[in-house]
Amino acid sequence: METTKSRADEPGSGYEGAKLGMWFFLITELLFFGGMFLLYSVYRSKYSQDFHTAALEENLLLGSINTVILITSSFTMALSITAIRKGNKQLSSLLQAGTMLMGGIFLVNKYFEWSAKISHGIYPDSVLLLKRSSGEILFYGLYYVMTGIHALHVIIGIGVIGVMLFFTRREIINRESFVKLENTGLYWHFVDIIWIYLFPLFYLVT
Amino acid sequence: MSSFYSDTGQRSGIAGWMMSVDHKRIGIMYLSALLLFFSIGTSLGVMMRLNLISPGTFMGVHTYNRLFTIHGIIQIFLFIIPGIPVSFGNFFLPLLIGARDVAFPRLNRLSWWLYLAGAFLVLASLFLGGGALDTGWTFYAPYSIKTKTNVSLALFAVFILGFSSILTGVNFVTTIHRLRAPGMKWHRMPLFVWTLYATGWVQILATPVIAISLLLIILERFFGMGFFDPLKGGDPVLFEHMFWIYSHPAVYIMILPAMGIISEVVPVFARKTLFGYRAVAYSALAIAGVGYLVWGHHMFTSGMSDASRVVFSLLTFIVAVPSGIKVFNWVATLYKGSIRVDAPLIFALTFIFLFSIGGLTGLIQGALSANLHLHGTYWIVAHFHYVMFGGMGFSFLTALHYWFPKMFGRMYNERQAKIGWFFLFVGFNMLYFSMFILGVQGMPRRYFDYPPEYFTGHLVSTIGSWILVAGFVIVFRNLIIAIRKGPKAPDNPWGGTTLEWKVPSPPPHENFEEIPVITRGPYHYGNDKK
Repeated sequence: METTKSRADEPGSGYEGAKLGMWFFLITELLFFGGMFLLYSVYRSKYSQDFHTAALEENLLLGSINTVILITSSFTMALSITAIRKGNKQLSSLLQAGTMLMGGIFLVNKYFEWSAKISHGIYPDSVLLLKRSSGEILFYGLYYVMTGIHALHVIIGIGVIGVMLFFTRREIINRESFVKLENTGLYWHFVDIIWIYLFPLFYLVT
Repeated sequence: MSSFYSDTGQRSGIAGWMMSVDHKRIGIMYLSALLLFFSIGTSLGVMMRLNLISPGTFMGVHTYNRLFTIHGIIQIFLFIIPGIPVSFGNFFLPLLIGARDVAFPRLNRLSWWLYLAGAFLVLASLFLGGGALDTGWTFYAPYSIKTKTNVSLALFAVFILGFSSILTGVNFVTTIHRLRAPGMKWHRMPLFVWTLYATGWVQILATPVIAISLLLIILERFFGMGFFDPLKGGDPVLFEHMFWIYSHPAVYIMILPAMGIISEVVPVFARKTLFGYRAVAYSALAIAGVGYLVWGHHMFTSGMSDASRVVFSLLTFIVAVPSGIKVFNWVATLYKGSIRVDAPLIFALTFIFLFSIGGLTGLIQGALSANLHLHGTYWIVAHFHYVMFGGMGFSFLTALHYWFPKMFGRMYNERQAKIGWFFLFVGFNMLYFSMFILGVQGMPRRYFDYPPEYFTGHLVSTIGSWILVAGFVIVFRNLIIAIRKGPKAPDNPWGGTTLEWKVPSPPPHENFEEIPVITRGPYHYGNDKK
C-alpha cells in the first residue's frame, strides 16, 4: 500500500516515542510500589519500636551483599548499552549475560534468607509470629510482600534481558536500533532503585 | 478507496479482527464488548429494582447481595472505566490529531486482549470456587478477606483490567505527545483529545494504586499478613484509603472523556466556535489534578481527623469549579448559535442537564454536616448514577449518535433516535430522582428490604427502570437496523470541522492518504478570530 512506507518516518513509533512510553510505564510501576511504601510508612510511624525490634533479626550481611550485587548488575547493564552503541555485539552480549547472572545470584541469596526465616517459624500467619507484637507481625508481612514482589520484578527483568540477549545475538538489536535494550536497562535500573529503598527500610532501621 | 472493514489480506474473518493492530478495528471490537457487558450489567440492575418493589418474592438476600456487587463490577470495570477512551478514543484519537494509528499499535492490541481476559475471568469468578462475590464493588476489608465467595479470582480479573487500562493510558499520552500532525499545536487539538490526555495521566497515576490494593487483598486471603486485619494490628480504613486513592480519580477517568465528547458536539450543532477553548481545555487538566486529591470524601464517616475532613471537603468543592467552567462554556457556546436540534445534540444537552444535577448534589454530600445524614443512603446511589449514567452514559450515547455515520458509514433514523431518547430521559429521572428523595428520607443503600413508608419511592424507581429499558431497546434497535439497512452516510453529515470529517465514512486503512497540515484551531465557523 502506498501509505505503509510513510509510517516509518513518523516520529512516534521511533526512538523518542518508545523511550517516552517506557518512562510513563515506570511511573505506573513507581506508584504500584508506592502503595506498599504507603502501608510501610503508616505502620512504621504507628509501631516504630516494634519495627526496630523486628529488623534486628534481618540478615544484614546477606542484605548488604545483595545490594552490592544489584548495583553492580545495573552498572553492567549500562555498559552493555554503551557496548552495543559502539557496535561491539560480543561485549554487549557478555555484559547482558553477566547482568542476568548477578540477578540470579541475588535471587539465590534471597532464597536462603527467606528459607532461614521460614525454618525459624517466621512467616505470615505462623503460630510463632502471631505470638509477637502487632508491629512485628506487620513488619514481617511487609517484608515478605515487598521483597517478594520486588523479587518477582527481578525474575521478570532476567527474563526480559534474556530476550534482549537473543535479539542481540540475532542482530535485531544493533548499533542503529537499540531502544529495546535501553528500555530494558531503564526497567532494570528501576528494579535496582526499589531495592535501594527496601534495603534501609528493612535492614537498617535497627 | 476501500474502508478499514475490508480485509487487509494476511488474515481474514475473526482472526483478521483479533490480530488487527488497526486502531479503528480495535475500537469497534471494544465498542461491541462494552455494549455487551453494559447490557448484562443493566439487566442485573433491573433485577435488583425488581426485588425492591417486593423484597423476597423474586430472590433471596444472598442473591441480592451478589447482584448489586456484580452489577457494580461489570458496569464500573467492564463498561464505564474502559468506556469512552477504548472505544471512541481508539477509533477517533488518531483521526482527530491527523495520525495513522496510535503510538504503539501492538501494545493497543495487547490492551484489548487483556481486557478480554479480564472480562472472561470476571465472568468465570461468578461460577468457580465460592461463586459470585458479595462484597459490593468496593471490596472493603475486612469482609472481602473473610467472605467465602470467590473474591480472589474476581480481584485478579480487575487487576488484569487495570493493566489493560494502564497500557491504554500510556499509549494515548505518548500518541498525543508524539503523533500530532504537522501544525497541530497543543491549542489546536480538539477538546476530546485534551480530555483523553488528562484521562491518560489519571490512568497512569491512579490505576497502579488499585492494582496493589487488590493484590494485597488477594495475598491477605492466601497468606494472612494482617495489613487490614485489626486482630493483627492492621487497619481496615487504610484499605479504604488505598481503594479510593484510585477509585475517586477513576470517576474522572469515566467523566473526563465524556466531557470531551460534549465539547466536540456542542460547537458543531450550534454552528459556532466553542466558547472559551482554553478554559475548557485547562479545566480538564484541573479536574484531573485536583480530582486526585479528594478521595477522603468517601470516608467522612469512617474515622478520620477533623482537620483532614475539612481539607478533603474543601478540595471537593474546589474540584467542582472546573466542571462548572465547562458547563458555562457549553451553554455560552449555544448562546446565539444557529442550533440544529439533531439526536447527538439532544443527548449532549441531556448530559449537561443530568450532569449538573449530579454535580450539584455532589456538593451537598461533600459538605461535612450534610454528609453525616446522607452517607450510605440512596442519595449517594442517586448522585452516583446521575454523574455516571446521566453523565458518562448519555455522553456515550451522544458519541454513538454523533460518530455513528463515520464509524459504520450509515445513517440512522433521526425520529426513532429522538423517541428512544424521550423514553430514556423520562425513565432515567423516575429511576434515579426518586432515589434522591428516598435517600433524604433515610433509606440505606444496598439493603434488601425496607419499612413500608419507602414503598412509593421504590415503586416509582422500579417503574422508571422499565421505561429506561424500553428507551434502550428503541435506541439500539434503531442503530442495529441502521447498520444493516440505513442509507449511506456522507463524509460529513453534521458539518463538523475536525479532521475525522475530512476522510471518507467509514475511514480507509491508515486514515489519511496524506497527513494533513494544520493551520487553525479545531472549531471554526467563520466567527473565530484566526
